[in-house]
Amino acid sequence: MRIGDYKETYAADEAVFRTPTSRFWLGVLFVCLLIFPFLAGDYLLYMANLVGVAVVAAVGLNILTGFAGQISLGHAAFVGIGAYTAAILTTRLNVPFLLCLPLSGFSAAFFGMLVGGPSMRMKGLYLCIATLAAQVIFEFIFMHWESLTGGIRGINLPAPTVFGLALDNEFKFYWATLAVVVICVTAGRNLFRTRLGRAFIAIRDRDISAELMGINLFTYKMYAFAVSSFMAGVAGCLWVNFLKTVTPEHFPLSESIRFLAMIIVGGMGSILGAIFGAIFMTVVPEVLTNVVGMLAEIFPEGMNYLFPLQQVVFGVLIVAFLVFEPHGLAEIWRRVKDYFRLWPFEH
Amino acid sequence: MDIFLQLVVSGLAVGGVYALIALGFVLIYKATSIINFATGEFMVIGAYFCYTAMVFMGAPAVPAFLIVMAFAALLGLSVERLILRHMLGQPTISIVMVTIGLSSILMGLADLIWGADYRSFPPLFPRSPIVIGEIIIRSNLFYGCVLAVVAVLVFALLFKYAKVGVAMRATADDQMASFSMGINVKSMFTLSWAFGAIAASLGGIIIANTGGVHPSVAHVGLKIFPVVILGGLDSIGGAVVGGFIVGIVENLAGGYLDSYVGGGAKGVAPFVVLVLILLVKPYGLFGKEEIERL
Repeated sequence: MRIGDYKETYAADEAVFRTPTSRFWLGVLFVCLLIFPFLAGDYLLYMANLVGVAVVAAVGLNILTGFAGQISLGHAAFVGIGAYTAAILTTRLNVPFLLCLPLSGFSAAFFGMLVGGPSMRMKGLYLCIATLAAQVIFEFIFMHWESLTGGIRGINLPAPTVFGLALDNEFKFYWATLAVVVICVTAGRNLFRTRLGRAFIAIRDRDISAELMGINLFTYKMYAFAVSSFMAGVAGCLWVNFLKTVTPEHFPLSESIRFLAMIIVGGMGSILGAIFGAIFMTVVPEVLTNVVGMLAEIFPEGMNYLFPLQQVVFGVLIVAFLVFEPHGLAEIWRRVKDYFRLWPFEH
Repeated sequence: MDIFLQLVVSGLAVGGVYALIALGFVLIYKATSIINFATGEFMVIGAYFCYTAMVFMGAPAVPAFLIVMAFAALLGLSVERLILRHMLGQPTISIVMVTIGLSSILMGLADLIWGADYRSFPPLFPRSPIVIGEIIIRSNLFYGCVLAVVAVLVFALLFKYAKVGVAMRATADDQMASFSMGINVKSMFTLSWAFGAIAASLGGIIIANTGGVHPSVAHVGLKIFPVVILGGLDSIGGAVVGGFIVGIVENLAGGYLDSYVGGGAKGVAPFVVLVLILLVKPYGLFGKEEIERL
């Protein structure tokens, strides 16, 4: 707890930046993000782009699952829908990248609402299984509607251009990713200062009470699915334009699970948590790969164990966070901050 | 018509195995309200145990089955005690995710121990196919189904008559009441996980016996969801019925639709049925509707 945390107006209570200090540090973060691409090599920039895509998708999932309390095992399918929409629009209709971003979002949002519609009557585990079915069915469609999706071979597309400038390497694409991430995170953060966002939280906490307070459950659950899938679709569009190829194998159930793991590890119901989780779950497998790669120089057999080892670490992370730190990295971060805020006095 | 009957009968045979696996799943759900996303991994591990017992240790089929059941029970028991006990009363998402994490761990461990190579299973049953009239069933499927049905019956009798079974049903029905009647509710939770693991690993052995041992046996675990939704998450009879329906549906879809959609209809058809059923009956066909009050 901060000392002297008084607020005299609602505006102060709702403020995004509570103190000048937080504004200052956010500024520092921005400067770092702006300097980063000039210092980092191609590999780091590649990772940064992947992290950015993951952040957008994870923020979307956290809005649906962490804030509105609706479990989705089909998030990767919505990312996939965004990716395929972008790929099809670009290759067939020559739609520019900047227009593709929102259009992929809207397309994913449409399908999200299609899946979310029945969720009005389903809850908890049944909803979870229904979204699992959506994941399986969409995966099947990606694979088998060959005239549209190119089937197993997928679709290749050219590097995106923005105002005549081709974003054809990691460095150039970084700016597009950064811009989208900043917009999505800001939108996500601000969503929960509006009626819509607070309605989501009310539905999560107790849906029947929320309904009694005048929140139309159906409408707001649909909004939750729409907003979440919109972000998934935008992430998919970024993703496909960055990797310049899309195949059905990119969006399996395990990818949906990875997104869920991000918000679990990062912290459910927290935008910051989604960011932490996306970074963590993207960087850890890479670190693991590198460590095993180094060990493989000593034990040549080592690389064979990489994939199962990643699986075990992935599972252990999920279980450990759920058992020991259910609020995730965001909560750890808050504790660390509080410690230093009060330092050197403990209370 | 012949093809139709052929498809239905082999669907029934596969369905028996699904029924057995779904039974284990429903057992766990009924007692602890946890849906076990690691069912498929329990199956894989059961199949690998059996493979190890029979190939490396040279045990004949029946002792191998007993060894597998003992190890599966141990696995289910320790999983419940070490991980899921901590999750009692947590929100749905946490419980779902913890079993998903568990499935990832088990899968990774199985891969580390046995490797991801495809291994063919030692033959358990006679080879010659079964012929009924004009219908031919692969012997693996037929005997597998028989084995599964026997296992389901044993479980059913256990629940109906054995003291343990009655105690487990009581726990599933009303935890508080059974607690006050002197039933050790926590050990019932553990026990239901042990039974669930046994059912899953037997199912895994049967599946692996037809298709070989490979981590991908776990994919069959996903098919459990259409099965249990068809039946309703908390209905044992429903799980059995659902198992047979899904077996038939996927075989018919595979037989008639594959040529139109370019393959893969078998995998997706049960999920389409699942969505249709949930649209009409949000708690499955035989599931108990939850009435919520403030």
